[in-house]
Amino acid sequence: MDYSDLIQKLLTGNARAAARLITLVENDIEAAENIINAIYRHTGKAYILGITGPPGSGKSTFIATLTKIYAEQGKKIGIVCVDPTSPLTGGAILGDRIRMKDNFSLKNVFIRSMANRGQLGGLARATEDAVKILDAYGCDIIIVETVGVGQSEVDIFKSAQTVVVLLVPGLGDDIQAIKAGIMEITDIFVVNKMDLAGADKKITDITQMLELGMNYKYESEKVGENFPLKSNWTPEIVKINSISGENFGKFVELINKHRDYLSESDVLLDYQKNRIKNETLQILKHKITEKVEGLISSHPTIDEYIKLVMDKSLDPYSMANLIIKLLGIE
Amino acid sequence: MTELDESKTLKPTKNERRDKFDNLSGIEIKSLYTPEDVKNINYTTDLGAPGEYPFTRGAYPNMYRGRLWTMRQFAGFGTAAQTNQRYKFLLEHGTTGLSVAFSLHTIYGYEADDEKALGEVGKEGVSIDTLKDMETLFSDIDLSKISTSMTINAPAAILLAMYVVTAEKQGHSADKLRGTIQNDILKEYIAQKSWVFPPEPSMRLIIDTIEYCIKNIPQWYTVSISGYHIREAGSTAVQELAFTLADGFAYVEAAMERGLDVDDFAPRLSFFFNSHNNFFEEICKYRAARRIWAKRLKNKYKAKKKESMRLRFHTQTAGVSLSAQEPENNIARVTIQGLAAVLGGTQSLHTNSFDEALCLPTEKAAKIALRTQQIIANESGAADTVDPLAGSYYVEWLTNKMEEEAEIYFEKIEALGGVIPAIKANFFQKEIANASYKYQREVESKDRIIVGVNDFQLRESCATPLLKIDENIGKKQIEILQSVRDQRNNKQVLEKLENLKQAAKGTENLVPYIMSAVREYASIGEIMTILKEVFGEYREDSIF
Amino acid sequence: MTDNRKIKVLVCKPGLDGHDRGAKVLARALRDAGMEVIYTGLHQTPDMIVQTVLQEDPDAVMLSMLSGAHKALCPVIMDKLKENDIDDVLVSVGGIIPDEDKPFLEEHGLKGFYGPGTQLKTIVEFVKNNLKR
Repeated sequence: MDYSDLIQKLLTGNARAAARLITLVENDIEAAENIINAIYRHTGKAYILGITGPPGSGKSTFIATLTKIYAEQGKKIGIVCVDPTSPLTGGAILGDRIRMKDNFSLKNVFIRSMANRGQLGGLARATEDAVKILDAYGCDIIIVETVGVGQSEVDIFKSAQTVVVLLVPGLGDDIQAIKAGIMEITDIFVVNKMDLAGADKKITDITQMLELGMNYKYESEKVGENFPLKSNWTPEIVKINSISGENFGKFVELINKHRDYLSESDVLLDYQKNRIKNETLQILKHKITEKVEGLISSHPTIDEYIKLVMDKSLDPYSMANLIIKLLGIE
Repeated sequence: MTELDESKTLKPTKNERRDKFDNLSGIEIKSLYTPEDVKNINYTTDLGAPGEYPFTRGAYPNMYRGRLWTMRQFAGFGTAAQTNQRYKFLLEHGTTGLSVAFSLHTIYGYEADDEKALGEVGKEGVSIDTLKDMETLFSDIDLSKISTSMTINAPAAILLAMYVVTAEKQGHSADKLRGTIQNDILKEYIAQKSWVFPPEPSMRLIIDTIEYCIKNIPQWYTVSISGYHIREAGSTAVQELAFTLADGFAYVEAAMERGLDVDDFAPRLSFFFNSHNNFFEEICKYRAARRIWAKRLKNKYKAKKKESMRLRFHTQTAGVSLSAQEPENNIARVTIQGLAAVLGGTQSLHTNSFDEALCLPTEKAAKIALRTQQIIANESGAADTVDPLAGSYYVEWLTNKMEEEAEIYFEKIEALGGVIPAIKANFFQKEIANASYKYQREVESKDRIIVGVNDFQLRESCATPLLKIDENIGKKQIEILQSVRDQRNNKQVLEKLENLKQAAKGTENLVPYIMSAVREYASIGEIMTILKEVFGEYREDSIF
Repeated sequence: MTDNRKIKVLVCKPGLDGHDRGAKVLARALRDAGMEVIYTGLHQTPDMIVQTVLQEDPDAVMLSMLSGAHKALCPVIMDKLKENDIDDVLVSVGGIIPDEDKPFLEEHGLKGFYGPGTQLKTIVEFVKNNLKR
């Protein structure tokens, strides 16, 4: 299928083209390949923020306030909101958009809701691709918003330049609720609803947690895994009130501070390398998983292996090694 | 086994139509109720005489033997001139109270030419922008001789001000006026969704109106604490009962916090309930409501006057129970629902027209609805004695049961910190969303039969002549609005609006300021815009 | 190649009508049928709806209208969709739509009218079978 028409429109800032392309990359990895192939060299301009927090932390209002500030600065903003797919029905209610009901004008703010579709790795790939499309579309800032409880969400955030986690006083176990992997790559912790009792205690809780070394940024030796190296940045903590706007300026300053830090140090280079490694890994995971799943359900040899395992003449590990040989990967 | 022994067993008798008979609140109903079920009831403390604490048997001693309930049919559509005609028609045909339905743009505070009002003007209710429209609405109708109920919430203070000034121009002082404004913002967040401002400033406005009315419009009912909409949104009967009363308690507490004496304002609070299909459940709901309110007002809020403890209510038959298929069936439904309200002791009643699932009622359908009430009143005997079902084992058992279930909800709401925190935590909205989804599933699986809709369907379709709202109404209303703008003193309007804005920032009672603006023909849209600037707007969450 | 495609549906409340019980129940039913649903919330102007369609690229748009404003608002919505080159989205309307208004709405490109008493599964099947793409 020929996407050149859509892609041309995308590069001139046509919203419909952007939306259609995002649908295509969501639904079809082959289409995704062709599309990303064509637009990749037009990406790299946007600054990507990953924002997450447990339900009730006020993410949508927070993002709406931040978006207004950027819009007033004349920036073009893209927001990708990810909601969980119901494991029972395969469907999803994408409920973030309704919470950002302030009147954003068409030209400046593009909001897209996505379901995580329950697949390991699939979400990260599709979201990555959607982000690239919005990048090529012309967004200056792209915000990726999730609930932060899935592994695939950790993967998405590994490509964000700044990761923000929203917490709220009074929600006792919200720190635990956020998937461990995300805490480790957070750049800014925000305590929202600072007017509620317990805001300062929450800051103390986060500080203690950081001191316990749950954030690898302190420990630059713990590098080499597939997440971005972000040494020498001490995670910042700030309390704000998204509705009244209190202290919000301080938060925006911190984003700028982090952004400057990234561009001034060599960290950005390492970061980009790791980002590329990570992205490619996501795609590989997806493709290989598909290949293997296809294989296991159709290849006749597999049935023979299974019989051997049932007879106990083969164990699952050995069977896996045989399959790897079959695939031609060593 | 004797018959009496058999009735003592809890096991269902064989060969029943269903495994379980649940009412609409999910309460399981037995095959037979006996003296066992009511043995702990004390007549004096639990029932009492009608008109006496705890008012279970009725709000007044002789109820309909003294005076029939008010037959108050909700009406409103098109321009004020058109609705004025409908009111005259209803008055000629025996309606004893007027009830105003407003157009959506009025309800939300948008002028007829606002972008948001596109397509809505004159639909769903009468279009009111300025005092001029109110004057037209009641032209040739003597406001000192009727009572008027206005179904309006966020801008209630404005509409009340317009009514008072209209009456003044007819030569009547405010103390002669009788009527109600719905003015119940809490249920808007829960169910009807016609909010504008956030909860706290909305409550302030409501207490302002209560305070103003106690002093200046003493016969006026200041809040019609509503369960109707909560039920229409999908709640069960028990939820309707509990959430409505919880809202009522919240208003009492807010007014007391303002420093008002409970015995000064409580007598001017009234209620508005739904009357749905399950005949007995509805009757028991009303009786339980009276008893719960009386007990709380006396024991918790230390009311001394009987009038403070007396729960009086208006009922409307359930809109949501009307079918679009075979609409004449709705006449039977409405009759049953109306009868339940009467046997439950309602003070006023609106019966729906049979064509309302299709559109606003035609004249013919509106007449039948009114006649239904007249037949119940004059031909059925239901109005000839007070609380005739009292003493029924089933009815007394179910009244108690509903009270118990309501108390469980009160505890939950209190645990959340009260009604407003519960609203912010989406407690009510979740309960209602779940109940309505469950109900729909039951209907689709034919667990619940709706005659003519999911069972007993006819193959043929019936052609029902419908009321059409002229699409040009919008243009007409905009012309009227524009001519008001041209003829009024715009300098005065701006001045009064500015005064209102300053007062809104403080803590003064806003009603006098609103009245000054209204006198100068400021529009509802203009006044609401000023208030929005100070109070902000409420943002809904999406709860499924 | 596994087909990852899901049906994406927008459930909207155009105009000032606040009756959202049906819209919400429908949204839930569509989700239970495996679709991805965006509920826009109340008080959507035609511009807001079209902007959402532009960005979210749904396969179907279900309008819920009970205030009688359908004859005024639906044509405006359809016109704006056309202006934006959106012609492959199924647009249906539910709520209170008198029979005599249906031909008018059909002329403007709407398909499918689901009023009171309609079974949820009927609507779900209709969406599945009437997508334009």
